[in-house]
Amino acid sequence: MIPAVFEYERAGFVDEAVELLGRDEEAKLLAGGHSLIPAMRLRFSRPSLLVDIGRLDDLRYVREHGDRIAIGALTRHADLVGDAMLREHCALIGEAAALIGDPQVRHRGTIGGSVAHGDPASDLGTILLTLDAEFVARGPGGERAIGAGAFFTGPFETALEHQEVLTEIRVPKTAGTYLKHVRRAHDWATVGAAAARVDGRVHVGLTSMGPTSLRARTVEDALADGATPADAAAHVAEDAMPPTDASASSEYRLHLAQVLVRRALERM
Amino acid sequence: MENLSLEGALTVTFVRSLLAHANIVDVDATAAEALPNVQVMTAADLDLGVFGPGFPDVNPSMGRPLLVVDRVRFVGDIIAIVISDDSATGADAAELVYVDYDQLPAVVSPHESAKDEALLFPEAGTNVATRAGSPEHDENLFDGCDVVVSGTFVSQRMAPCPLEARSAAAELGPDGRITAWLSTQTPHQDRTALAETLGLDPAQIRVVGLDVGGGFGAKTLNVEEVLVVWLARRLGRPVRWTETRSESMTALPHGRAASLEYTIGGTRDGKVLAYRLEVLQDCGAYASVGAVLPGLTGLMASGVYAIPRIEFESRSVVTNTTPVSAFRGAGRPEASQAIERAIDTFAAELGMDPAEVRRRNFIPTNAFPYTTASHAAYDSGDYEGALELALRSVGYDALRDEQRQRRERAATTQLGIGISCYVEITNGIAEIEFGEVEITRDGGAIVRTGSFSHGQGHETTFAMIAAERLGLPVEKVTVHKGDTDEVARGTGTYGSKSTQIGGAAARLAADDVLEVAKQLVGDYLEASPADIVLDPALGRLHVAGAHSLGISWADLALRASADGRLAELRAEHEFQAAAPTFPFGAHVAVVEVDTETGRVELRRLVAVDDAGTLINPLIAQGQVHGGIAAGVAQALYEDFVYDDDGNPLTGTFVGYAFPSSADLPSWEAVEMETPTPLNVLGAKGIGESGTIGATPAVHNAVVDALAPLGVRNVDLPANGENVWRALRKAKA
Repeated sequence: MIPAVFEYERAGFVDEAVELLGRDEEAKLLAGGHSLIPAMRLRFSRPSLLVDIGRLDDLRYVREHGDRIAIGALTRHADLVGDAMLREHCALIGEAAALIGDPQVRHRGTIGGSVAHGDPASDLGTILLTLDAEFVARGPGGERAIGAGAFFTGPFETALEHQEVLTEIRVPKTAGTYLKHVRRAHDWATVGAAAARVDGRVHVGLTSMGPTSLRARTVEDALADGATPADAAAHVAEDAMPPTDASASSEYRLHLAQVLVRRALERM
Repeated sequence: MENLSLEGALTVTFVRSLLAHANIVDVDATAAEALPNVQVMTAADLDLGVFGPGFPDVNPSMGRPLLVVDRVRFVGDIIAIVISDDSATGADAAELVYVDYDQLPAVVSPHESAKDEALLFPEAGTNVATRAGSPEHDENLFDGCDVVVSGTFVSQRMAPCPLEARSAAAELGPDGRITAWLSTQTPHQDRTALAETLGLDPAQIRVVGLDVGGGFGAKTLNVEEVLVVWLARRLGRPVRWTETRSESMTALPHGRAASLEYTIGGTRDGKVLAYRLEVLQDCGAYASVGAVLPGLTGLMASGVYAIPRIEFESRSVVTNTTPVSAFRGAGRPEASQAIERAIDTFAAELGMDPAEVRRRNFIPTNAFPYTTASHAAYDSGDYEGALELALRSVGYDALRDEQRQRRERAATTQLGIGISCYVEITNGIAEIEFGEVEITRDGGAIVRTGSFSHGQGHETTFAMIAAERLGLPVEKVTVHKGDTDEVARGTGTYGSKSTQIGGAAARLAADDVLEVAKQLVGDYLEASPADIVLDPALGRLHVAGAHSLGISWADLALRASADGRLAELRAEHEFQAAAPTFPFGAHVAVVEVDTETGRVELRRLVAVDDAGTLINPLIAQGQVHGGIAAGVAQALYEDFVYDDDGNPLTGTFVGYAFPSSADLPSWEAVEMETPTPLNVLGAKGIGESGTIGATPAVHNAVVDALAPLGVRNVDLPANGENVWRALRKAKA
């Protein structure tokens, strides 16, 4: 439970973080630290340099950005829960953030850290994928926007380059719902199911049902073709590759996903 | 222990096996020892024997070597010791100790182990560590029964998960004596065991138990503590070790891990005539306490019921998993889980209300003392009274109405009501405990107890006991415990025995001091000691009938001190009860079960726990609350599991579903007091009752919720997945 040796640097601004990342191929960004630090303590993760961006307060905001809402990458889960603008325009995010971990986690963990970690069990990852969010990253070459569909590339892998810092996430103004099944209040989702209306279509997302957060596109297509929630949800198996682990078997996850997707759709 | 100021102390880090079963070909510590001030030791450096099993009927070849010699038997077995200046270096060095393993097939399932195909201890010729009960079946056991039903379930393996992991430190004094600071429940027994294992005179060892936090049965002397003490002697420098959380999950002994099979038979009108219980106990990799726990399960097999015929049989087998030891309830939860599931299964078969079946089978309140067909001699009880009180408190009839309505409309979320009536055994082998009371110079008192407190509040309870006998305010009484140099003798704390023997010893010692004080006061007042009485309200000793002729404790202490007679105001008492005591109670759990997801929500738990006379009701309630949480955790959440190769899958709190307060409702604890005649206090044990009562109540509630869907049993823990599996099986 003692991490391997590492160096530590604190970045004063985003470009400094970008530059510090460039110094060491094994460098990692530290935001809220609630995924990274436990992994380091178990020595699953052994970065040789930690670049702490936890004090970049100018990346902590929720504001309107044209017809979208822009969320600073270092906005903490607890801030998402209480944010009035999100409640009005995209309540799904605050509602889901309230289900993450326990109060300690929600007061330290950040939305950017959660998605950049690329955990298939991330609630916010699934919701941002479902919402077709846009991810803004800054690297040595400047800024670029990455679409949600291209962002999650594998288990604990994203489209972010080594030297890129995720700075902002943009989501549409819309309504949706997120249902999460957990063994214990503070657990990661055994299964999570999100449904949201985006550009006139119902999107469905899944948590802990494959190597990354997933879109249930077969379910979505069935809905677009007029299927009932129950009939559409029955297609979940075609969209998912649920793992077996200590919290659930693959087959139970599949069953749960069908129930949760149906219930989420019934609430739409 | 980490905060103890020990000049020049070294840190111990254990190199633990990453494989469940393997021969050790080679251990290469070259890279580790290249780190600054790092030394690595293996079994070759050790001049000690095997630790345990320590029980006469357990196969003697299944003890645990202090360091593995040539074979590891579970993930976590200790291969080598790293000694370093600090724990960070220790962690780095432990990673650099290269172990060359020759992997062997792992035996993970106790059922596989029982086949004796792959042996953990080839020299033993079997994996069976011990047996209890009788393997012989009475073919006529169920004669006269209209209905006979059977069931099986696993009382699953649990990790004790103390919030405070273990820690130990040891230092060799200039006088050659060794002091060991341990996180323990049993300082005096540890001193004895250390002396035996290290070949020392017990007088050469001082054990100090600090405020170490919950033990739950698991914090008794183990190989780690022995090695720390041995190292301090061997190295001539203080050493210390603090377990990591990960280490605590696999190296601290586990609990339960029993597979049970019951058969119950009786008449159509609900009278149970015969019961048979078979246990297959998983001992883990080495046979110790866990091997003998089924003996308690067998003893308590009859539960609160007058069952004319009982058969019990158990086998304890070794597997390539963490060793099993005592954990909150230790053998008794298994008994109540089995009989309470059996009674419910029997009731379901008869189509009779489970409360009514219980009423028809209780040991009558006027039958005590009562000896069961499973040979337990119950001291006192009012089982029907406890059930009626619990049913009234929960509003049983209204809940059954609500349940009926939900069933009629085939609601997705069904209501389940579960009853558990339990009796358990505390101070199970009627042990002796030491108490001493001494009047201090300022007229207060010190109580020294051989019992140990690691969060149970003996400091308050025992002070109250002595204060009441001496007529002193409770704040004038201080309780000392846990230092073998200060407390002459003791047995420690386990099996819910502290107050009933340690508290009783403290009370009797206080009474003895009072007698001595009367002598002294008699001398000072020139009166006969027989005429001196205590005014407990004023804390004053005076001549009977003459209030003005008296002296307060403070004045007595001053005067005795001036006369050099203060030392007389001191008494020791050892108390041994004639027999164990049997706390009992009734729990009613109310659950909601989502029949689509399987999710179980515990809505209420009403607990009547009768532990005889309560000394401090608040502390007793604290024990009940923690106990129930552990019981509910087994019913709904926790399960320590391994893969087929013996790798732990639940080695962290991410996988191991240790619940928090956010998952649990507030308990509704209802007090009931039926004193025992077996000690002056009338007290029985309370530390494990909640655990023993709660698990079957919640388990029965979940099955009850699903009964209309054809479910007859749900595997423990009754979590979403296991409920879903039970529903799927019922539909098939």
